[in-house]
Amino acid sequence: MSTHSLEDRFQHLIDHEEKIEARDWMPDAYRKTLIRQISQHAHSEVVGMLPESNWITRAPSLKRKLALLAKVQDEGGHGLYLYSATETLGISRDELIEQLLTGKAKYSSIFNYPTLSWADIGAIGWLVDGAAIMNQVALCRTSYGPYARAMVRICKEESFHQRQGYDILLTMSKGSDEQKEMVQDAVNRWWWPSLMMFGPNDEASPNSAQSMKWKIKRLSNDELRQRFVDATVPQAEILGIQLPDPLLQYNEARGHYDFGPIDWEEFFEVVAGNGPCNKERLAARVKAHEIGAWVREAATAYAEKQKNKIISTVSVA
Amino acid sequence: MQQEIKDFILMMADNSMILGHRLGEWCGHGPVLEQDIALTNIALDIIGEARNYYAYLAELEGKKEDDYPMLRNERLFKNVLLVEQSNGNWGDTMMRQFMFDCWHYFHLEQMTNSRDERLGAIAKKSIKEANYHLSFSSKWVIRLGDGTEESHQKMQNALDSLLPYFDEFFIPSDFESYCYNEGINPDLNIVKTKAKTKFNEVIDLATLSLPQNIFTKKGGKSGIHSEHLGFILTEMQYLQRAYPGVTW
Ligand SMILES: [Fe+2]
Ligand SMILES: [Fe+2]
Repeated sequence: MSTHSLEDRFQHLIDHEEKIEARDWMPDAYRKTLIRQISQHAHSEVVGMLPESNWITRAPSLKRKLALLAKVQDEGGHGLYLYSATETLGISRDELIEQLLTGKAKYSSIFNYPTLSWADIGAIGWLVDGAAIMNQVALCRTSYGPYARAMVRICKEESFHQRQGYDILLTMSKGSDEQKEMVQDAVNRWWWPSLMMFGPNDEASPNSAQSMKWKIKRLSNDELRQRFVDATVPQAEILGIQLPDPLLQYNEARGHYDFGPIDWEEFFEVVAGNGPCNKERLAARVKAHEIGAWVREAATAYAEKQKNKIISTVSVA
Repeated sequence: MQQEIKDFILMMADNSMILGHRLGEWCGHGPVLEQDIALTNIALDIIGEARNYYAYLAELEGKKEDDYPMLRNERLFKNVLLVEQSNGNWGDTMMRQFMFDCWHYFHLEQMTNSRDERLGAIAKKSIKEANYHLSFSSKWVIRLGDGTEESHQKMQNALDSLLPYFDEFFIPSDFESYCYNEGINPDLNIVKTKAKTKFNEVIDLATLSLPQNIFTKKGGKSGIHSEHLGFILTEMQYLQRAYPGVTW
């Protein structure tokens, strides 16, 4: 079959909501886009462990410490599912990690912001996991089968994370003045970066159209962002906090909340590596990789030895 | 309830709590993602176990479970010195874990028969997890001991520096002797024999050699700790100390 008809067949499958599987023919650009997107997503899960693990040793109660450990562990698990999904496209996890550590691959910019108080752990769960869910629920219907299935598993855990984060903030918002201040301060710092998580505005997002046609993306950046704002504002009211946007207001005619302009300059600075914690986050991953090198080598050497032992016993018998 | 029994429960709780805290320091920084996750799992298990003991004490004393880990001073912690030692490298952490698991598993095994039903129930619940931990840390000690030359040397160093802390588990404090006489705490001689048999077997498979003339370091059970504990508590208790009396 010619490439042209292969491509027609491929698009036909997609148009009819059939999933593309690893063994199926796919255009090179589709494969490349997926590798970039899924691995970026995997890296985000893994780097995302860092700002939160920052508070594990200081979590204020047994209940919260256990919940935070479990959450960060879940994120590591998400990283694993997603690395596996990327591997189905013909690239190894080692290569992917190499891309992360050399700065060639990106991860979600949100994780380059610092966690400065315990309320940040609540704010991350509520806003960052909340924004991630918006994205990921849509991705459960993405056209690439292994990615869609990984998303279904992940979404269940993410909504649990969001509820836990919200519960942290709700508890603190009923507490002392100092606790309330911490909540407000954390939300002030995390609100805008969370809105940036959906990526540039649609008109400034050149790759989106192709991704939409391939149904890798199912909803545009701006649609997802609007959904997130609409879902989050009423929750903020229950917390009794002010979202840091004077232009935020319900628009009867649209049936949605209007909100102020996003500071894209900040976004692109952080993406370019100039966020508050870019260096620290990458350095932590590089360090973990380097101090783990002898462990991985030893595990390989030991497995080799065991294999040889089995071979020699078999040949004796 | 007798103070000795409460002290014994605290020791069990503090051992798991402090080690769990140390393991939590690894979270997000492990050498391989799978191992990072596995170690966090162990942290979850043992902090969960500690929580069961603290909750039991809290019921007895009309306190809150968090009062014990979050509001006691260093001198009142009864954990052995081993569990508060620094994480070191992955091999040091595995060796420390392996020593803990050898004691923990066989201690729980005996404690399932405790005359204190609540402690017996906690032991029955936790022993399944402890069994898995022991198998995990044993495999890592063997894998790294019998891996490369470099990993072998690292594991030998870990063994040499941590072995002096191992025996504190098996030297009964006054409160443990009291609890033994009451049928609440197991016979530490039995625990020791079983734990050491397992320990020696694994060290052997790991091709490591046991250092001779060990001088046992102890004091934790009576609240005389190493300098590490103060820093652990500084972090662990920070929010509860800085903002007393609020709910998180
Ligand atoms: Fe996640
Ligand atoms: Fe999450």
